[in-house]
Amino acid sequence: MKYILGFFKFWYHFIVGDDWRIAAGVVLGLCLVALLAHTHATIWWVLPLLVVTMLSLSLWLTTRRH
Amino acid sequence: MRDLFLFISVFLASTVEAVEALTIVLAVGTTRGWRSTWYGVAAATAALAAFVIVLGPALTVIPINALRLVVGGLLLTFGLQWLRKAILRASGYIPLHDEATIFTKATSAASRVTHSGHKGIIDDWYSFTIAFKGVLLEGLEIAFIVVTFGANQGSIPLAVTGAVVAILVVVAAGLAIHKPLANVPENTLKFVVGIMLTSFGIFWGTEGAGVHWPGSDAALLGVVALMTISAIAQVAWLSRRHARLEARAA
Repeated sequence: MKYILGFFKFWYHFIVGDDWRIAAGVVLGLCLVALLAHTHATIWWVLPLLVVTMLSLSLWLTTRRH
Repeated sequence: MRDLFLFISVFLASTVEAVEALTIVLAVGTTRGWRSTWYGVAAATAALAAFVIVLGPALTVIPINALRLVVGGLLLTFGLQWLRKAILRASGYIPLHDEATIFTKATSAASRVTHSGHKGIIDDWYSFTIAFKGVLLEGLEIAFIVVTFGANQGSIPLAVTGAVVAILVVVAAGLAIHKPLANVPENTLKFVVGIMLTSFGIFWGTEGAGVHWPGSDAALLGVVALMTISAIAQVAWLSRRHARLEARAA
């Protein structure tokens, strides 16, 4: 059990890292873009904007504690 | 152009990780002897090569749009981790990565451990394990980047070449000076790699979701520019904030 937990913990840390909100935001952002893609609207700017916003938010939340 | 960006990204990311692995290997090898350390390095390299050989071709079987969506997401998550940490380091919120300090700590830890005994062909299991773990963990990031970039671009050999060239350059430099490569601007490299991984993640993630970029491949340049400007602006913003906090605390 200890090894299984260790295995998952390693991969969680490897992929998700220090801020789970970024990983969650990436998944939600990609789902949103995939959904919007069906509307045939011009949406190439959505993901870049989301990423910049997410990164700023994560940095602000992290540094707020200092 | 994508191929050039791919090569540069893999080369820089591999340089950073190879420098970190080299510090661990040098610390153990110079303190406890090289034989078992080299066995550890060889075993980890074989494990990483197996990872790339198995996973690389397996990924190319997945339909390209699904692959780009998944890999784009992974690269975005991964790249944002690198970029976030690099911005926090550059603005003074977390300490800079210092190979000389890491080398001193690892050397001191290695010299404190008594000889762990001879079993089979391994003289010293401590050296073997530390070298194996160091190379495997740092190398896993290289392997991950090689496999995802290579599979997405349909150029695994080019991605592997970028990684191998970087590793050879770092190992040759390490062997020549026989101490950690503390002068490599590791934090700056991590900043650049974070921008590249994030930009590729955005580009492929959007394409994989079924959206077309205006200007096709040239849009990647725009994404890289956007991420660079945004990251520099964030460093400036956080540095000012950090300086204000420091001044208030003094």
